[in-house]
Order: sequence, then structure tokens, then C-alpha cells
Amino acid sequence: MDLSAINWVLLFASLMVASTPILLAAVGELVVERAGVLNLGVEGMMIVGAISGFAAAVGTGSPAIGFLAAAFGGAALSLIFGFLTQYMLSNQVATGLALTLFGLGISALMGQGYIGIKPPSTPKIDIPVLSDLPILGPVLFAHDLMVYLSLALVAGIWAVLRFTRTGLILRAVGESHGAAHALGYKVVRIRMAAIAFGGACAGLGGAYLSLVRVPQWTEGMTAGAGWIALAIVVFASWRVPRVLLGAYLFGGITVLQLNLQAAGIAVPVELLSMSPYLITIIVLVIMSSNRGRTALSAPADLGKTFHASG
Amino acid sequence: MIAFERRRQPSALWAWATPPLAVLLTMIAGGLMFAALGKDPVAAIKTIFWDPILGEFAWYYRGQLLVKAGPLILIAIGLSLGFRAGIWNIGAEGQYILGAITGAAVGLAFYPIESVFIFPLMVIAGALGGWAWAMIPALLRSWFNTNEILVSLLLVYVAEQILASMSLGLLRNPEGAGFPGSRNLSQYPSAANLEIASGTGIHWGVVTAFLAVIVAYILLSRHSLGYQIRLAGQSPRAARFAGVRPNLLAVICLGISGALAGLAGLFEVAGPAGQISIDFNTGYGFTAIIVAFLGRLHPIGILLAGLLMALTYIGGEAAQAGLGLPQAAIQAFQGMLLFFLLAVDLLTHYRVRIGRREVA
Repeated sequence: MDLSAINWVLLFASLMVASTPILLAAVGELVVERAGVLNLGVEGMMIVGAISGFAAAVGTGSPAIGFLAAAFGGAALSLIFGFLTQYMLSNQVATGLALTLFGLGISALMGQGYIGIKPPSTPKIDIPVLSDLPILGPVLFAHDLMVYLSLALVAGIWAVLRFTRTGLILRAVGESHGAAHALGYKVVRIRMAAIAFGGACAGLGGAYLSLVRVPQWTEGMTAGAGWIALAIVVFASWRVPRVLLGAYLFGGITVLQLNLQAAGIAVPVELLSMSPYLITIIVLVIMSSNRGRTALSAPADLGKTFHASG
Repeated sequence: MIAFERRRQPSALWAWATPPLAVLLTMIAGGLMFAALGKDPVAAIKTIFWDPILGEFAWYYRGQLLVKAGPLILIAIGLSLGFRAGIWNIGAEGQYILGAITGAAVGLAFYPIESVFIFPLMVIAGALGGWAWAMIPALLRSWFNTNEILVSLLLVYVAEQILASMSLGLLRNPEGAGFPGSRNLSQYPSAANLEIASGTGIHWGVVTAFLAVIVAYILLSRHSLGYQIRLAGQSPRAARFAGVRPNLLAVICLGISGALAGLAGLFEVAGPAGQISIDFNTGYGFTAIIVAFLGRLHPIGILLAGLLMALTYIGGEAAQAGLGLPQAAIQAFQGMLLFFLLAVDLLTHYRVRIGRREVA
């Protein structure tokens, strides 16, 4: 095996870019799940975000407007899920699956005229001095704004959940919707807000794929990223800093296997391509094998339907 | 003010009425979507739902109906058992691929020997392949408490890579001039899954699907395993007191659904598809989830839902050819159907009260 063919600096530099879509989607889903809602439609929201962002960016020539449109697209789709599960009291697992199936269909429909087009490029921000540092410069300080925004978002969510009243209410709703309701909190409205926020994050993640990471539009381009984001929330035991760790670990594996493919090592390409999914499964197994820990860290009312009777 | 009041028991009337209502609502919403795409909504709906059965070229489409409905029903029957027990196998697409690969591999191993035993062996291999693939999430769930939803779904992507590897490598046709894809099984008489009566579209997979409907019906209404499945879904706690072992039940349900999905894959690869190729799978495993819910997880319902969903596939193709309706529109249409179904399902479990809410 000839590992010298891999440029390790470039590998680590692309790690942050590869991780960002999943980081955005996972941290959004974490907020949704902390509010006690299990939305399995992340894949659908991501792909709708990918095409709405792509279409808006191509139409206006501005990636910023593209990302904005992606957040709206993802949130709009998630509100269908919210309406069905919160007001029509439907099963969250089934509705989330429906959201993914519908999202894949509607995104392919929206993307009809956009196949083979190049999106406007998202500029990299140049931080003076820091980006000129050897090794650390290209790895940490020479990315586009979205990479840093996603990190800021993670920090923000961490702080809000941990230190603010809003975060406390959100977690209360997720742990015991009955108690939160009795205290006078509007369980359904709070959950709707969380769902919309999660949808916007997933949409941003999808747009990062279609506008920066790939960058073009192809049908089904998320290729399971949404499901991996869901797995990372479990991996993280519903804690924000661990989502960051999980997403970057996963991004690292993806980038490494792509580099190994390019370096032409003697492992079948298919085996390398399936490795991110296999490793996600292995990590899930390790994290869930300790029954007590998983049961304690998951929000107590996760996935349960709330209906205020009387 | 509209309020919902929980019914003591689910309404039997609404349980039967909600799927047709959902179909009707989807037709209206789908019509609006087609209109937004600049197509005549009435013509589009007619092309999808009417013409394949009663239109001018119905003789061609009717046979296709069973070809598409067969795998959908077969997979959905398996999924419905698990869904009833609260066990979510959403990776049927992967089990379908693996069943096709193992079944085809057995057939190709015997090429060019002719024998009546080859096809039955392929059927067994196909079922085992799907079963084994479903055992991964099942055993991980029982041993390590791992979420079967995520594992079964992630394994679909792994299965797709295996499929690519097989059609480019191990199973590639040695006489295929280097093109990806296996030998054509439908041209190998001992391994071919041909139409039983010509023009009807009935092949062994369709027969198996009908058998599965009957067996599932008896299982759920007469057998103690069916009782355990229903009990585990309605009240996991009561089920544990009644002696149901949840892990064993999960292994059984995932095993059955995996084996049936594997069978569907084998019948498809030996019949309509003919060969293992990179784009062999077309999403039956995912559409079957919609079929299972549309049929209210009931065997007879699934039979009808499978036929209806097959109709949207065929009608969708007709609308693609005749009206230029993009194929993705049909996919979105199918997804929409599930949304409406889940929404109107509220009426089964809750009573709608309009007016001022009374003080409890």
C-alpha cells in the first residue's frame, strides 16, 4: 500500500468541508429530538434543501440567497411533518419515512432543468495571517463562510440548550410533555418550532452538498447523508459537543476512503464506498450496546404522540 | 374551535373508509401538482388511473399490472407483520437486492446444465439471501439493542455497493464483451421465471405473492404467532406479561420480511429484469412501505393497495409517454398518498368535535 500518494494536508483540509452537511443536519435533528420528536425525514429535507438552494443560487447568482432558500425549503417540508404529527397525531416513524419518500420525489421533480449546470461558486473567506500558517492554515482557516457558520451554530445551540430558559423549556417538553403541558407550556407550538428549525438546518446541509461539496445537482445526491445524520445523533447520546465529534469523525472516514480510492490501493472500490455506512453501523452498535446509558440519555418522551385530553 | 376526542375503540367504518378517502384527496392534490406543471390535471389522472385498465391499450397494461404488483405485495406483506409489532424494517430494498444476487448466483453456477431442480434451488437461495441480510439488523437489535430502523436502512447502501461489485465482477457475463451485468437468466430455460399463462403477467412471483397474502391472513387471524404480533404492537407491556419474547419476535418478523423481500428480488431477476445489473433495483422496497400502510397492514388491504400502487407505476409510464409527465412526478404523487393516508387516519382513532370545547 502506497500511502505517500495521499496529500495529508489536503485530506485534513477537505475533512471540514466533507463533515459540514452532516453536522448541520445532525445538530438540527438533535434539537428536534431533544424536544421529544423523532423526525426520520432528514434525508428528504436535506435533498429538498439541496435543490431549492441550488435553484435559487443558479437563478439569482448568489450562493447566500441559495442557502437562505434551502433553509426555507427544508423548513417548509418539515412543517408538513409537523402538521401531521402534532395536529393530526400521526405516527412519527411512518410520517418521517413518508417525508423522505416525498422529498426524494419532489426534489427530482424540482430539479428537472438543473442537471449538468454549475452553481455560482461560494467564495472562500481569507483570514489574513491565519490562513497563511503552514499546515494549520489550509486545514482550519481557508474555508467558506458556511463551515464557520455551522460551527457557530453548534456552539450557539449548545449554549442555548445548556444555559437559557428557552433551552430548559425545550428539554422539559422532550422529557415529559405531560408535565410541561401542566406547567402551561404550549407543547405543540414549541415542538413545531423545533421541527421547523431542524428542517432549516437539514436544508442548509443539503444545500452545502449541492453548492459547495459536490457542486452540482443530481437526483438522490444526498445518498444516505440524512440517515447518517440520524445515526450521529444516537452516537452523540443527544449531546451537542459529541455531534461535532461524530460528524467530523464521519467526514474524516469519507475523505479518507475517497483518497484511498484515488491512491488506487488494493482494496475493491465498492468496499471503500460502503465503508462509511458500515462504520456508522459499527459505531451505532458500540454506542447502543450499553442499554442503561442509551436509555438514560435519550429524551424520555422521544417519539411519543402528545394529545392534551380534557 | 375544532377538537379531537379519543375514541374508546378505533372506528371500524373509518378503518375501511380512510384509504379510499386518502386516494381521492391525493388525486385532487396530485391534479393540482400536475396543473402546476402545465399538464391538464383531468387528462393526467385519467391516464394514470383509468386508461391502463379500461382504455384503448389496456390489453398491454393489464399484464404489466400484475408484474409490478407482485413484488410490491410480497414485500409489503412481510413488512406489515413487523410494522404491526412495532418492528421497523425499512431496508427491504437491500434484502431485495441480496435475494436477487444469491438466487441469481445459484442459477448462474449451474449454467448451462438443464434440470428441473435449478429453479427451486434458486428460490430457496433467494429467500435465504434476503433472510440473512435482514438478520443483521435483527441480531444487532436483540444482542446490542441497536436501532433496527437505522441499521436496516444503512444496509441498503451497502447492498447497492455489493450489487455494483457483483455486476462488474463475480457475476459478470463472461460472454458479455466486458459490459457490466450478468448472463440473461430469462434466456436460460432452467433458471427462467417465465409467464405461466401468456399475456396475463402472472409469473411464479405473482403466485407467491397471492400465497403470501393467504398465509399472512391465516397467521394473523388464527395462529398464536399472529396474536403475539398484534399484542406486541398494541401493548408491549401486556405482551411481555403474556410471555411474548420481544427479541425473538423481532428476529422472526425481520426474518420473514427479509425472506419475502429476497424472494421478490429473485423472481424479479429471473423474470422481468432478467439479469443482475448495476441499476437492477428500482425502489420496490421503499414503495412497499407505502403499500403496507395504504393496505392498513392487513393482508387483503395490502393486496388491493399493491394493485393500486402498481397502477400508479404503469399509469405513470403511460403519462410519461403520452403527456410528457416527468417520472419524478409519480414518485412525489406516491409520497403524497402516504401523507394523506396518515393524516386522515386521525378519523379512525379520534372523533372530531366542532364547537366550543366543554369543560372536563
